[in-house]
Amino acid sequence: MDIHEYQAKQLLAKFGVNIPAGEIIYQPHEAVTVTSWLNEEEVMVKAQVHAGGRGKSGGIKKCSGQDEVVETVEKMIGMKLKTPQTGDKQKTVSRVYIEKAHNIETELYFCILVDRETGGNTIITSKKGGMDIEKVAEDDPNSIFKVKLSPGTKLLNHHARTISYELGLKGTIAKKAQKNLMGIYNAFEKLDAAMIEINPLAVTKEGEVVALDCKASFDDNALYRQRQIADMKDDNEYDPLELEAARHDLNYVKLDGNIGLMVNGAGLSMATMDIIKFYGGEAANFMDVAGAATPQRVAAAFKLIYRDNDVKGILINIFGGMMRCNDIAQGLVDASKEVGLDKPLVVRLEGTNVEKGMDILKNSGFPITPVPTMEQAAKEIVELVKKK
Amino acid sequence: MAVLITRESKIICQGFTGSQGTFHSERAIEYNTNIVGGVTPDKGGMKHLNIPVFNTVAEAKKKTGCNASGVFVPPPFAADAILEGVEAELDLIVCITDGIPTSDMQRVRREMKGSKTRLVGPNCPGVLTPGVGKIGIIPGHICKPGRIGVVSRSGTLSYEAAVQTSSLGQSTIIGIGGDPVNGTNFVDALELFLKDDETDGIVLIGEIGGTPEVEGAEFIKSWKGEFKKPVAGFVAGAAAPKGRKLGHAGAIVNSGAETAEAKKEALKSAGVTVAHTITTIGEAMIKAMEN
Repeated sequence: MDIHEYQAKQLLAKFGVNIPAGEIIYQPHEAVTVTSWLNEEEVMVKAQVHAGGRGKSGGIKKCSGQDEVVETVEKMIGMKLKTPQTGDKQKTVSRVYIEKAHNIETELYFCILVDRETGGNTIITSKKGGMDIEKVAEDDPNSIFKVKLSPGTKLLNHHARTISYELGLKGTIAKKAQKNLMGIYNAFEKLDAAMIEINPLAVTKEGEVVALDCKASFDDNALYRQRQIADMKDDNEYDPLELEAARHDLNYVKLDGNIGLMVNGAGLSMATMDIIKFYGGEAANFMDVAGAATPQRVAAAFKLIYRDNDVKGILINIFGGMMRCNDIAQGLVDASKEVGLDKPLVVRLEGTNVEKGMDILKNSGFPITPVPTMEQAAKEIVELVKKK
Repeated sequence: MAVLITRESKIICQGFTGSQGTFHSERAIEYNTNIVGGVTPDKGGMKHLNIPVFNTVAEAKKKTGCNASGVFVPPPFAADAILEGVEAELDLIVCITDGIPTSDMQRVRREMKGSKTRLVGPNCPGVLTPGVGKIGIIPGHICKPGRIGVVSRSGTLSYEAAVQTSSLGQSTIIGIGGDPVNGTNFVDALELFLKDDETDGIVLIGEIGGTPEVEGAEFIKSWKGEFKKPVAGFVAGAAAPKGRKLGHAGAIVNSGAETAEAKKEALKSAGVTVAHTITTIGEAMIKAMEN
């Protein structure tokens, strides 16, 4: 689960990390109070959306004086933001963060993430902060320094010292950096984070070390014991269909194509997207009917996909295993009646009672094409959708 | 001999009396798996499915001589259940549970350092040796005894592979699971199959995210002379968008090395016959066997 920059900063502050003074606002008039409370010559006005690259897209602006702040906030709230990381979709800004602007001397990069290669946490740092780290890694790999911790071990003071020296810091500034790094790591560990990225971690002209931006995402599996994080979820950041799918415990991700998919199993769902692409189509969604593919769950998932206006045809690929195919088929026919199915639907079922299931689909009176293999299913739906 | 589950295996189920543990133990018993006991705290002394229940793994081992366990314990308690089995020095623990916090699994990794126990999973369909027995949720009727070893991150794709290799049959099917921090990986499974004299060919099914397939490919590259077996592979997620998590906690593309294309290339360069779609993995295996 991802959270906003301001939420991440509030969390880090509790672990002793130095962050700029700031406040979140939802309406332009609040800007007046916040600006006078901050009492700074210059402040940063930052749109809060879950996407990087806000600066280049007009989502971050340095302002001086109350009038400019209010004017900027008025423009920003409600604006549709499209950044290099939002893809084709735009994000509507509904919250704006106002914080003290710092005089930056150096911009550094600092990130902690769960490293799938080692199973432990890895810290990635660079002297070249403030820009796209992937580009830095490509152009100047030597400027990147990593510490790979063994699984289940902590960041120790000597690690923090080494990192601060690798970042070229000295004396009290190095000490301040170390304290911040330990704080960020403690937050990572205590809050079951999956990734915390500080870009930039700045050294100011006044000799302060401060986290100017923060992106954080958390382990979904641990949210049951991290209520504070779970409560930070912003539903505006999700597609409405994704939110509804989550309520039904379905793994659903909206994609850009026009073939609706319903599959059991994450791997089979990905492989179905792949085979559709292989035959020249594109999936409108990823959908894993996780757990048992019961007739009820299948019907709920089907209705959800059907509601997506981008969907021009649907492919259902269920490897029933222990489920009875005739039950699943009946669930589908019932759901088709409910929605008044008028989009092509191709179904591949595997499991017990396949024949019976196929018969139910064939005789349903709806535009349903039952096919025996996944290959045929993919070819068929791509053809049918092209004809439309 | 097959691998992991053999005729000598004595298996217990942790979380035995829960709904998942009960359902899948029933299926395993139907499949003639040698289940010698179950563990559910506070229910020791009773019988469930006509099999004795114990309070602890240690007690179950003492009374039954069990050497393997299937874990069906809910996520908040699963890491502890795995470590209980490790402490009892079982040979094999297969954890089916989906949804264990990553930091819990990191702790399990640390505690297991130097231990003789092998962990498969978590968040996996389990292990099945056709005609011998199973731990987990792989449907028995889709597998046939034979000489192909199957290792897969995804459950349903291992089922597809089993069905498609029906003409050859399988020695053992291993689902290693889709979590970012897990036990047995491709390299471990490949090594088991390489050494197994009842396995002639190997199907490897990976997916986007992480780099275990690349490590598997490196390992295959190191095979020399007589000590070599044909491998067919598939990697799911070629159509996946970057940065979005698709179902499995581990299935997310963050860097170039984690894409399906990069992994397929790595496997190809190691001499693996790579299938373009999952539906041709059986053909790919047959082709690899012929070469």
